[in-house]
Amino acid sequence: MAYEQILMRNCREGGDPSIKQYKAAGGYQALDKALAMKPDELVEFVKGANLRGRGGAGFPAGVKWSFLPPNRTVTYLCVNADESEPPTFCNRVLMEHDPHMLLEGIIIAGYATRTTVAYIYMRGEFTEQFHVLQKAIDEAYADGLLGKNIRGSGYDMECYIHRGAGAYVCGEETGLIESLEGKRGWPRIKPPFPAVEGLFHKPTVVNNVETLACVPHILTRGLDWWNGLGTQNSKGTKMYCVSGPVNRPGCYEAPLGITTRELIYGKDFGGGMRDNMKVKTVAPGGISMGFLRGDMFPKPDGGKVDVTRDCDELDCLLDFDDPRHYGLLGLGTAAAVVVAEDTDIRDVLFNVTRFFSHESCGQCTQCREGTGWMHRVAARIRDGAGRQYDLDLLAEITKNMGMMPGLSICGLPDGAAFPIRTLVQKFRPEFEKRIGEQQADAAKRRILQTNPAAYDLPILQGRAVQPAGGTYMTPEKLKRN
Amino acid sequence: MSWQAIDRKSAPADEGPGLSDAVKEKIRAFFPRYETKRAVMLPALHVAQEAIGYISVRAMKDIAELLELPPSAVMDVVTFYTHYWTHPRGEKVLMVCRSLSCQLMGADKLQHAIETKLGIKDHETTPDGKFSFMTEECLAACDHAPCLMVNERMHKRVTPEQLDKLLADADSDKLPMPRSDLYDAPHGEKPARGH
Repeated sequence: MAYEQILMRNCREGGDPSIKQYKAAGGYQALDKALAMKPDELVEFVKGANLRGRGGAGFPAGVKWSFLPPNRTVTYLCVNADESEPPTFCNRVLMEHDPHMLLEGIIIAGYATRTTVAYIYMRGEFTEQFHVLQKAIDEAYADGLLGKNIRGSGYDMECYIHRGAGAYVCGEETGLIESLEGKRGWPRIKPPFPAVEGLFHKPTVVNNVETLACVPHILTRGLDWWNGLGTQNSKGTKMYCVSGPVNRPGCYEAPLGITTRELIYGKDFGGGMRDNMKVKTVAPGGISMGFLRGDMFPKPDGGKVDVTRDCDELDCLLDFDDPRHYGLLGLGTAAAVVVAEDTDIRDVLFNVTRFFSHESCGQCTQCREGTGWMHRVAARIRDGAGRQYDLDLLAEITKNMGMMPGLSICGLPDGAAFPIRTLVQKFRPEFEKRIGEQQADAAKRRILQTNPAAYDLPILQGRAVQPAGGTYMTPEKLKRN
Repeated sequence: MSWQAIDRKSAPADEGPGLSDAVKEKIRAFFPRYETKRAVMLPALHVAQEAIGYISVRAMKDIAELLELPPSAVMDVVTFYTHYWTHPRGEKVLMVCRSLSCQLMGADKLQHAIETKLGIKDHETTPDGKFSFMTEECLAACDHAPCLMVNERMHKRVTPEQLDKLLADADSDKLPMPRSDLYDAPHGEKPARGH
């Protein structure tokens, strides 16, 4: 069934991104409504909508705003348009086609939080989108929607675009703030949280593009409408992305809580797989959330979720809670990349590990070394020189990094661990089969080629290729954890 | 690995060109936007790279002087971000996305075709100075995979067969839209900003 397009009402080929079009579609009415309210009322109102952040973590925006200290004079709003999570592109689609929806959200959020300056941190790869959004900002200034005394309310706010230069970790809120301050995009140790001490040591709110774009619609259509969409803890509408070998890759809007199967096969969504292939695996929330088994596996009997069995998991609901039941980190950005049955799972593993080893900022040892280590392990598995216990080794590395054991500054190592963990856990039979098909001495030859010391040193005694070496945890210990 | 500087396999031979007064003025125009001068770092580097094609050592020193920082602080930032080049680059920089969606749709073949056609590897420049090539992690256009970015312009669903035409096309890097005046005048006190 087709859902009403709210955020994406203007997202089509040849759509006009001008202020005229946006106003004709009823734009900037929510702003008038908001300016008639008191800022604190507005915060309470958004709290009532339980508008959970669309950027990945799912933290409610209204609650975030209420953390700001009450006696502040300067507040900054950072808009996170550093959309770098593969394969997410919904913010790009939104900013390209309806930049004023984002601007209206920014002005309302700015008014609610008494923001003085809003910075849109946009990734450097967005060039066309940058020009579109900059033009929209110019239009808004000319129309008195930004600058001094917005719409005669006495509220002043400036809005600037700040362009990034290619770093995934700048999508993390404190990394973004550091980058805005003109430093390396190194995430900060929290607390203090940005709401207390953020940009230039002032209270700061960081919100995702899509989160802010939802705000005007909640105001015009009301809480009842908003809370009528979605599932129990996940309210509202969401832009889903689907890419990979599907018939209609793209961005589609639906209320939260559609199934992964619908996103891939629905005729209003992905439109099914190319050449009627089956799905091997899908990462339903961006690659850092982890992978689900596809429909090349048999259907589960009784419909009970059991991640230890090789069953079709495409019935996973795309809301903020259900993915956790399938061993995933969360909903993430609700961007699905679909992997067809003819793809070698080793290539997927290699690609994902390469991404995270490339994007780790290098501050925390276990992330810097762990992502690089996993990348090297994945490379040798892909090249046909893996060892059976490399799979245990990967599982072990993923257990020893990230915020979940409380070892890292930001969530990147968790995002690196979950896809690897779920891939190794869910596709272990295939990995084992592939490694079993290798030539018997492949691992030994590769080690002699790449790092002879690991084989030759008397103390190591060729242990690098021994079936029992390589990991610090026994399989029993791994199971217990 | 953003903690490893990819583009600094060798030290630049000389300090390279510095920034002209006009470019410095452009950078100064960003100062009112931020509380600190240091925050102008990224815009300043973008402006400098646009003006002289890469970030030379001389440009780093000039920016450091403008922002009242030690030059090492500027180099520290330059080497973190993948978009800043510390060596001269070609007129057109081809960026191939190699993330999962693009790889599934054939980015490997595209990358191989570019590398064989131009005879250069990742982060290298052709001897005639026309093309540079680099890979990029996710260009956020996964619905149009595989994508290739030529300077500012995104090319969607690129196949190796289209490559010859694309390389021969002189306008392959031009965006078919009016350029914004962001780098010319800051917002705020000046209401007329030339649209």
